[in-house]
Amino acid sequence: MELSGAEIVVQCLKDEGVEHLFGYPGGSVLHIYDAIYRQDAVKHILVRHEQGATHAADGYARSTGKPGVVLVTSGPGATNAVTGIATAYMDSIPLVVLTGQVPTPVIGSDAFQEVDTVGITRPCVKHNFLIKDVKDIALTLKKAFYIATTGRPGPVVVDIPKDVTDPGIKIPYDYPKKITMRSYNPQAKGHLGQVKKAVNKMLSAKKPVFYTGGGVVLGNASKELTELVDELDYPITSTLMGLGAYPGSDRHFLGMLGMHGTYEANMSMHETDVLIAVGARFDDRVTGHIQQFCPNAEIIHVDIDPASISKTVRVDVPIVGPVKQVLRDMLRVVKEHKKKPDKDVLAKWWVQIEKWRGMHCLKYDQNSDRIKPQFAVETLYKVTKGDAFVASDVGQHQMFAAQFYVFDKPRRWINSGGLGTMGFGLPASMGIQLAHPKAEVALITGESSIQMCIQELATCQQYNLPIKILLLNNGYMGMVRQWQEFFYDSRYAQSTMDVTPDFVKLAESYGHVGMRITDPAKLEGAMKEAFAMKDRLVFMDVVVDPEENVFPMIAAGKGHHEMYLSPESELV
Amino acid sequence: MRHIISILMENESGALSRVSGLFTARGYNIESLTVAPTQDPSLSRLTLVTSGSEEIIEQITKQLNKLIDVVKLADLSEGIHIEREMMMIKLRAERTQREEIKRLVEIFRGKIIDVTDTSYIVELTGASCKLDAFVEAVNADLIVEMVRTGPSGIARGSKGLGI
Ligand SMILES: Cc1ncc(C[n+]2csc(CCOP(=O)(O)OP(=O)(O)O)c2C)c(N)n1
Ligand SMILES: [Mg+2]
Repeated sequence: MELSGAEIVVQCLKDEGVEHLFGYPGGSVLHIYDAIYRQDAVKHILVRHEQGATHAADGYARSTGKPGVVLVTSGPGATNAVTGIATAYMDSIPLVVLTGQVPTPVIGSDAFQEVDTVGITRPCVKHNFLIKDVKDIALTLKKAFYIATTGRPGPVVVDIPKDVTDPGIKIPYDYPKKITMRSYNPQAKGHLGQVKKAVNKMLSAKKPVFYTGGGVVLGNASKELTELVDELDYPITSTLMGLGAYPGSDRHFLGMLGMHGTYEANMSMHETDVLIAVGARFDDRVTGHIQQFCPNAEIIHVDIDPASISKTVRVDVPIVGPVKQVLRDMLRVVKEHKKKPDKDVLAKWWVQIEKWRGMHCLKYDQNSDRIKPQFAVETLYKVTKGDAFVASDVGQHQMFAAQFYVFDKPRRWINSGGLGTMGFGLPASMGIQLAHPKAEVALITGESSIQMCIQELATCQQYNLPIKILLLNNGYMGMVRQWQEFFYDSRYAQSTMDVTPDFVKLAESYGHVGMRITDPAKLEGAMKEAFAMKDRLVFMDVVVDPEENVFPMIAAGKGHHEMYLSPESELV
Repeated sequence: MRHIISILMENESGALSRVSGLFTARGYNIESLTVAPTQDPSLSRLTLVTSGSEEIIEQITKQLNKLIDVVKLADLSEGIHIEREMMMIKLRAERTQREEIKRLVEIFRGKIIDVTDTSYIVELTGASCKLDAFVEAVNADLIVEMVRTGPSGIARGSKGLGI
């Protein structure tokens, strides 16, 4: 088969099994767009901004585990995509981002729409390539998909100069079936000796706790994790990124930990003697003050990325390997082990934990005549029976979503954790809905975040994506306002959203359904009505209590045991 | 502590900037970095001198290993190794200074590789500290310019850093 460079690009995507390509055309990718036009296996989704393309591909990837694929033009197309690439990088999401580039002979001459894409993206990709020869396209794309999806996943950028895709130059096409790279070998197995060492420590623990993160989701290891936790009868807490990997409604689950984590989760971390960290990276939002982190614990850390181990916190038993395999081995070793966890000691630990749980740290005012954001999320949980895909933006609403929507399955909770990118939610929801056309997809957002990628409402209309948008409208950049209230004597510098559009009319102008809800008594009914419109995007502008804050909260520089539980409370 | 790290890397364009970019992005020290192709033209060999606590060095080697283009890496400071750096130094050399410089060059086993009426260029190879010592020993006023390659290193013994 003889193909042009442009045709090879598209054929490679087909051979990779790519169904959706999120993109936006421009001069340097016109040859590729022409090749896309002449086929229908790869469906192109035309976004309204390249940031939207990367977030949509990212939502697609997070909700499926398959790589998200993006195509943008050179220069501004590539720079617009950078935020989405960095977002994916921070959360280890597999993306393959194809960027157009000016023709090879003019690279470096400040040609029209030229930027050094490889240079700009280098610090926020797992790897990137510049293809200089049509003969290299197939192998490079194979490598790109391989690198993006194996080991610790991440985005890979492939920069393709226009002349490389010249329709006039045809060469034989052959997509490599397998690939090995001498410089990249991610398939290491977790060391059994280390697993045994870890299990020994686990079984003699008096106050064990599992601390799990996004790696369990990425590594598709929910089943293995659940079996191990249940076998041991140990408590488990999760990072923001790991929610759903272990069923949130199970009694072993203590809720999220960290800055806005639950009292029981954070206190368990502070008191534990054996911490079992799995697919988590000891992020500063999780650890709080590093010197006070888990002061009494021996730490076991399972991670696929050796560089994650002992990066910020020194660990005692490191295990480098895929979490799925390591957890499976752990379970086997636990079952075969003569030693069993001491039931009485463990019971005491659980009594302590239940005491902490009894503080009901997530309680909020149930009798308010305003809609509380927590109540809105709880209502969403009820109306969707806990079975929706829930995306969010960044801010208080994100934390309320994480605290109050109980995730029982992995890949259901989709948010930007590492980079904290406002504007992520709407385009990410598009990717989720495209990947799961029959599923209920809800977006929990804020009036500030949603405006950062609001243009994608048009894309939703074009592709009939019936996302349900729950806008928790507090008229503030709530999370910023909260910090200003606490740490800047309530000087709300530039954090009020004084002007917002009429979201109902805005939604309608894009051809969607808009609703404005102010009365708590009417919220559930309105939400039911919205979700009953199976084939429509419904934009629910929910006016919530503007001054509500997220609790518990660990202030910067504090340890896990020093939380504010409510506005009135001293540190507990 | 000072560490000398040897890296075998795919000889791709941009490979070097991945290494140097990593050091700036993560705020690691970099004292010197040398690169050249090897007997296998598809591979480059880098020698990197850095310093930091054991934790930082551990992170540096892990992060370097994580770069997709890095094929192999060794911290030479962990074993017995040989280090060499080359320097060319241009000195003002007039009348009485000429003899004095020559003697010094002999002591350091250097070579004079360029001569004019008023100057010498001295070539000197050795461990970096020997080069430092030479620079210390000559009168600072005589130094017109100097250029150093930065050290490259190799482990002693029969084993090699290869693929
Ligand atoms: C792109 C971007 N810019 C700025 C920030 C800083 N920031 C974090 S939360 C937040 C406010 C979000 O406001 P809103 O979307 O209304 O959510 P709320 O906190 O009110 O629920 C801001 C500005 C960010 N995370 N991302
Ligand atoms: Mg807001």
